[in-house]
Amino acid sequence: MATILEDSKYDPQRDLKVVGSNPVKHDGLDKVTGRAKFGADYFLPGMLYGRTLRSPHPHAIIKSIDTSAAEAVPGVKSIVTRDDFPEIDPGTVAGEMTRTAMAREKALFDGHPVAAVAATTDAAAKQALKLIKVDYEILPHVIDPVDAMQPDAPILHDYIRTKGLDEPSDKPTNITERLITEMGDVEKGFAEADVIVERDFDSKPMHQGYIEPQGCVAEYSDDGQVELWCCTQAPFVYRDRLSAILKMESAKINVQQSELGGGFGGKTGFYPEPVAILLSKKAKRPVKMVLSRNEVFRGTGPVSATNYTIKMGVTKDGKITAAQGHLVFQTGIFTGSMYFNGPNAMFTRYNFENIHIESFEVVSNRPKVNSFRAPCVPQIVFGVEGVIDELARKIGMDPIDLRLKNAATEGYTTVYGETLGPIGFVETLQAAKDSEHYKSLVKDGEGRGVAAGFWFNRGGETSTSMNIAPDGSVTIITGTADVAGSRISIAMMAAEELGIDVDKVRITMADTNSLGFNRVTAGSRTTYSVGMTVVDNARQCIDQFVKRAAEIWDVPEDAVVYENGECRPAGANVGNFEPLTIADITKQTTMSHGAVTASASMNVTGAGPGFGLHIVDAKVDEETGRTDITRYTVVEDAGKAIHPLQVEGQYQGGAVQGIGWALNEEYVYGEDGRLQNASFLDYRMPVTSDVPMIDTVIVEVPNPRHPFGLRGVGEVPVVPTMAAIGNAIGNAIGVRPQSLPMSPPKLLEIIDNRNS
Amino acid sequence: MTELRYEAPESLDGAVTLLSGGGGGKILAGGTDVLVQLHTEMIEPDVIVDIKNIPELKRLSEDGGAWTVGAAVSGMNIIDNDAFQTAWPGVCEGVALIGSIQVKGRASIGGNLCNASPAADSVPAIIAAGAIANIVGPGGSREEPVENIVTGPGQTSLAQGELIVSFSFPAKQANSGDCYLRLTPRTEMDIAIVGAGVNLTLDDDGTCIAARISIGAVAPTPLLVEDAANALIGTKVNDAALDAMVEAVRAACNPISDKRGTREYRIKTAGVIARRAALKALERAQAN
Repeated sequence: MATILEDSKYDPQRDLKVVGSNPVKHDGLDKVTGRAKFGADYFLPGMLYGRTLRSPHPHAIIKSIDTSAAEAVPGVKSIVTRDDFPEIDPGTVAGEMTRTAMAREKALFDGHPVAAVAATTDAAAKQALKLIKVDYEILPHVIDPVDAMQPDAPILHDYIRTKGLDEPSDKPTNITERLITEMGDVEKGFAEADVIVERDFDSKPMHQGYIEPQGCVAEYSDDGQVELWCCTQAPFVYRDRLSAILKMESAKINVQQSELGGGFGGKTGFYPEPVAILLSKKAKRPVKMVLSRNEVFRGTGPVSATNYTIKMGVTKDGKITAAQGHLVFQTGIFTGSMYFNGPNAMFTRYNFENIHIESFEVVSNRPKVNSFRAPCVPQIVFGVEGVIDELARKIGMDPIDLRLKNAATEGYTTVYGETLGPIGFVETLQAAKDSEHYKSLVKDGEGRGVAAGFWFNRGGETSTSMNIAPDGSVTIITGTADVAGSRISIAMMAAEELGIDVDKVRITMADTNSLGFNRVTAGSRTTYSVGMTVVDNARQCIDQFVKRAAEIWDVPEDAVVYENGECRPAGANVGNFEPLTIADITKQTTMSHGAVTASASMNVTGAGPGFGLHIVDAKVDEETGRTDITRYTVVEDAGKAIHPLQVEGQYQGGAVQGIGWALNEEYVYGEDGRLQNASFLDYRMPVTSDVPMIDTVIVEVPNPRHPFGLRGVGEVPVVPTMAAIGNAIGNAIGVRPQSLPMSPPKLLEIIDNRNS
Repeated sequence: MTELRYEAPESLDGAVTLLSGGGGGKILAGGTDVLVQLHTEMIEPDVIVDIKNIPELKRLSEDGGAWTVGAAVSGMNIIDNDAFQTAWPGVCEGVALIGSIQVKGRASIGGNLCNASPAADSVPAIIAAGAIANIVGPGGSREEPVENIVTGPGQTSLAQGELIVSFSFPAKQANSGDCYLRLTPRTEMDIAIVGAGVNLTLDDDGTCIAARISIGAVAPTPLLVEDAANALIGTKVNDAALDAMVEAVRAACNPISDKRGTREYRIKTAGVIARRAALKALERAQAN
């Protein structure tokens, strides 16, 4: 079945009719008119409203929970606490997932759920929450990861022993793991360098910035089956994880994904969903739970904070001889930050021979971090690309030239062991250098910065099916969540392969009972992987069209060719037959043969890495420390842009999110360990007027493993953003900031220190 | 469960009666603060008194150069009034910074003042303008300079049953100009880290003969800084006078460090923003 894993049939000369155009998104009108259903838009008869009681303490033993007064509130139908969740050992993956959903032995962060109520009205549920009495024994807490590593720090879990130490220790600790990532010999590399730069950097946690809060409706039936409607990037992963923590078979949990009002990695793990299921089980009625913005900030995971040191050496003629990193990643209360992406990606795009990186992952009293575009990479690239800029300045070389001189090319084996195939980093750098932006003069009082980034891009388990209606129109069922408009690109690839108009294709997002397992939408895998299985679906259907046409004409199958949506005789000697369209064939044969259908299920491999370079002009108000981004250009390799406007949107969105991370976004905790800025008013994401038009240059160096040559484009656009802005600010004020966010007070302090 | 009563009186007497009875009456004008506070359970009033149907509160009128602005007139109605905009550009700058266009379509300066945030954007501008609040209550009506209304975060000098009907702006003097500027990390949709309203009047030689300078977000209440005004009065508003004004502004600051900015940063930038506002007000005064 998996024909394209063996041969993508990528053809650079192929005459593409649909791929590369910009049709209107099939889901677009519903989204702009408000008809689209998001997580909070589902209503069932008899539905109850669920609300969560959250710990106000960052670290406290839960001695007892008394729900009796809350149960007496009129309208209250069920209350759940830790006692309603199956017991699962702490320190296991499922044990930590269940403790994220509901605190057990201890409340572990401000906002940690400790109980939940379902009632006939939201007001009754809220009133009941106030009557739940929780007896806490408050423990010392630790918020900052570096503090959490100190010998006298409060120990948050008695079961953690640091993995990866040279000499294993049996002492409880907050450091979950130490990881060495290396190649070559850095000491030798530094000895060969003429200039060595070493700098310390840090970054704060950042919210993914999805506008739609987590929301769901759960219905637990009398015969023990669950229907769950929710906004998720990972319906199948939710199902299987719910199965693990609720101890139910996966087949008894059907997850129906809603439209997604933004995820960016933040909806790869569940929060209210298991609670809503248990509330429904107890109340025997459907339960809806929608988080408030305050709950989203306090109770869900942002990206990792980091503290790190970068050291690099370069020869006078621009050969970077050694690269070293010492990295600390804050993972929140539980392990699972995917911090290893940081060391694996931070230098990858250059052909370095000598690399040594020591990484640590550390727990502290904050929600477990969650994914965000290129998890754990952009915040480290902020430092790496700053050091590279400084090296370029010190040896008097153009910053893009230094990057070109050290650029990785096909055949380079990375620090994580992959030998790169055809990649477009050199082409991307060259396109940036040739861009009008880079050639233009920097305006007076402004600074210009560039920075480069890389992401692996991913494939993974993917299932789709294709059904041809008797009238020849095409429906596709996919289960890999559409978080960013992948549906139109997938429909376009199907239409291209079938040789038909994209408007004849419609896509349905499956519930988990309708398809085989699909991995989470993450890592820039979706358009690539689903494109693979859908092209496979189309090729299977074409085989059937050919068979049926041969039967209609009573000729051998190899006497029929399929071109531009029609079966034709392969040559004049076959006979004088009018071409048969898909509709001609299905109308004639559906009754006799059944519908033409295909399904495909693969673990897709061969995703081609992506590379980008950002060019930023910035102006800093030297009296207030405020930064204005005045011009911004994203240059990135897409392999092949299936829907160029969608690709451009990804580039622009990544840059905009990075601008927020660069300039203002941070979680502010008080001495009491409570989050102080749990709102979009005080958590300062950029607004429209904060960002300039983001210009884009789409470079296309095809990935031949894909039928149309595409590479994922979801992660790379944010990777170099803060680094490029940091370099622009550095060139504007003469000092390169080393701490994110580069907020006005921090920059004013840098400027005042520079002046004194 | 608490029952929430909603009332929409059509007269001042009706409003005063409703607000005087019981304890938990909350005034609703545009609702851009009150509804948020209700939803987040910061307030749990027994009765909401919607004052938008009282004609005196929705009046925007001019008489011999003096303006009366009803306390519930929406921000968009204020800044879209060309004649008011010409008279008080600084006040309009303050009003224009109250949230988005949609928020300003509802929000009023009466609400912005009585919400009693130290960082309210319209307040330093109307204090600098010398506006008077016209108040009614169970004891009749009274007038109070705007700088005397806010007494602390969330606290006002209004007695129970009192409400502000309107603001009286004095007729604008010749050779005068006002300006409001604020500092926020974002360009919009943000709370001021510091705000400064400046209103200057010059004589024919360009010497400053009157000044009012008000700063916001740097103390528990918006401040009218007389020392800062005095630093400019009698000068040509040259660099030395501006330096002295900046010193006086910084000396008056008594901010907290919080999620929105540190004490040190606020004091430093209060001077920067006051200076910029003074220069813009000067430019307007010279052009008038």
